[in-house]
Amino acid sequence: MSVTTLLDGWSEWRHEHPINDQQHNPYKWAMSIDLDACTGCNACSVACYAENNLPVVGKEKFSHGQVMHWMRVERYWDEDGREYPDQGASFLPMMCQQCEAAPCETVCPVGATNHTPDGLNSQIYNRCIGSRYCSANCPFKVRYFNWYNYPITDNVWPAEMNQQLNPDVTVRGKGVMEKCTFCVQRLREAESNAKSQNRLVRDGEVQTACQQACLAGAITFGNLVDPESVVHKKWKAQQVELAKDAQTKDKEEGGSNLRGYRILEELRPYPSVMYMERVRESSI
Amino acid sequence: MKDISEDIAWAKINKDVLASLENPRKMFWAIVLVAFAMLTVGIGCEAYQYITGMGVANMDNPHVWGLYIASFIFWIGMSHSGTLLSAILHLMHADWRKPIYRFAEAMTTFSLMTAGLFVFVHLGRAWQVYYAIPYPNERGIWPNFQSPLLWDAMAIFTYLSSSILFLYVGMIPDLAICRDNMHPGWRKKLYTALSLGWEGTDRQWRNFRVTYLTIACFLIPLAVSVHSIVASDFALSQQPGWHITSFPPYFVAGALYSGCAAIITLFIILRYVFKFEEYMTMPILKKIVRLTFAIAMVWTYLNMIEMAAVWYGHDPVAKDTLLERMFGPYAPFWWSMIFCGSILPFIMAFKRFQTNIPVMFVVSLLLNLGMWLERWMIVSPTFAHGYYPWTFDHDQWPSFVQWGMVFGSFGWFTLLFMGFCKIFPSVSMYEVKEMVYHRSLATKAAAGKLATAGKGAH
Repeated sequence: MSVTTLLDGWSEWRHEHPINDQQHNPYKWAMSIDLDACTGCNACSVACYAENNLPVVGKEKFSHGQVMHWMRVERYWDEDGREYPDQGASFLPMMCQQCEAAPCETVCPVGATNHTPDGLNSQIYNRCIGSRYCSANCPFKVRYFNWYNYPITDNVWPAEMNQQLNPDVTVRGKGVMEKCTFCVQRLREAESNAKSQNRLVRDGEVQTACQQACLAGAITFGNLVDPESVVHKKWKAQQVELAKDAQTKDKEEGGSNLRGYRILEELRPYPSVMYMERVRESSI
Repeated sequence: MKDISEDIAWAKINKDVLASLENPRKMFWAIVLVAFAMLTVGIGCEAYQYITGMGVANMDNPHVWGLYIASFIFWIGMSHSGTLLSAILHLMHADWRKPIYRFAEAMTTFSLMTAGLFVFVHLGRAWQVYYAIPYPNERGIWPNFQSPLLWDAMAIFTYLSSSILFLYVGMIPDLAICRDNMHPGWRKKLYTALSLGWEGTDRQWRNFRVTYLTIACFLIPLAVSVHSIVASDFALSQQPGWHITSFPPYFVAGALYSGCAAIITLFIILRYVFKFEEYMTMPILKKIVRLTFAIAMVWTYLNMIEMAAVWYGHDPVAKDTLLERMFGPYAPFWWSMIFCGSILPFIMAFKRFQTNIPVMFVVSLLLNLGMWLERWMIVSPTFAHGYYPWTFDHDQWPSFVQWGMVFGSFGWFTLLFMGFCKIFPSVSMYEVKEMVYHRSLATKAAAGKLATAGKGAH
């Protein structure tokens, strides 16, 4: 334990965003979401609650904005003059974008949120002191804070429901930040299984909970480094690249047949989630 | 009009200042009681929040920061003018500061202590706050040195410890006077211990001067850096309305501004309560008012720079955030800030108001209200109207818990300050003597009679 440890470990601990970066080897977990397929049914959100032991905070806290949905389906009403039952809307499933140059990581005073070698933006609950600076600096506002001691004082899971909690996922106490992990517990299990069999994780071997629940198959998840993976092919077909801050689609004059983009990528967080824009005018 | 009469006897200075340390009147205890009640409200709110969780402050996603951070900046800012008066003006030989710097320096220390409380209050897991300190541990884990919040913690701790040292060192000769004049009791013991055997020998004075000057020089860059770093919390983030290059000087100007306004308030109170009319004279008030006016104009200028930078920067999101501040739900507070911070200070430009005590008292309080609003207007509107439209309509109004703690912090500050005024001399006796002596020298020189050499200044 010395300053040397600090100086030596520093550059390894914080690696740079992926320009000429070979560190994503053998894995870089990434996602692709087809907004045209999304029906806004919220099944992904429900699956996330079940998989990741998310507290159900109730109506009152929901209306205060204290809801804990790591995966949220945003609804934007069409403004074409039609009234509610006929009014159309568009949907956007939103979760942590697992940015490569994440704005949240640099500002955490205690280093509770870090980048993993397989391209995840990790959150260490034990280390978090709850300054909420990460959330303040997150452009997508996808970090959720434990405003109350949900498991205990708020009784979000009545005693008999404790049995349905996922044993692979920590139950978080009050005062820590949490967010979508890309179902890291599944990833770690698959990675270690593959390692013990001396191979790499096969494409489709691991699914996130939201992907599994999506009836329309709008969510694709996989290893972006693997050229055979579906997610890699989709990114490639849309000419979306991880290290770019603007995509080909936006540069083509007079519109483009490409649909892939990443949200707020001009801020250069280099998100790991590609969205494919809607072809239909409205979901309804 | 002279800023201090040149024929005040030194014994009279001692007597007048020591009179402020005599047993307090009933009114003192009444005010202490009120301040304590305010503090109790704050403590109650904190206890409730600590036990229940941060949610009771009515913070939510995206409004994760609120009045705690705003008040934190406010109190840090308040601490700056003590250093301005005691260190910067000391180096510039502006000796009109002498009768008023002691309480300003005390204000610095106590407002820093108040600001520190807001850090704890703000944290979701305050009991783990030591994670933010770079202490050696067997796990080899360090805090994140990239985070401005970590720089903040270090800067504030350094500034606080240096301010306490500065306040204490500057008080040693006065503590010796107290020691020599107080009747026996716990305070006499305290003064005896704290005055470190001060006898006023030449050697002691020489060492004292060097030490004082050294700490003063050390403190000035600290004062500038501490608020620049607080500004970095915002300027180094990526959010619209925060990511602004001019923030560090803007914050420092705002800090000096609110601090000077607070000095005017306390000046008027102490002058009245302790009958310090002979020391805290009208010309001194006039000077500090003019200084405040100048700083107010610097602050106004930097505020306009910020708006111009956003406007001509052509970042649509930053522009929206600015417009939302002016015309959105925060509009009444934003315009109050502009009124209190930029328009009201023009009263200080008129000579006839510069020494009008009731007017200056009210104005100085309103200036600080404006500066508190400014901090709030920096922190909150960015959350209400940032990058992500999905969060625009979320509840943003702080609950009574947040207001209660802001309220309580004023009680805490008042308690500390009142305690200080009754235990330590709030006017620097030895420096007032110096000032009186220098004035008399100047008069004699002006009258053609050169001051006789050999008469010691102390």
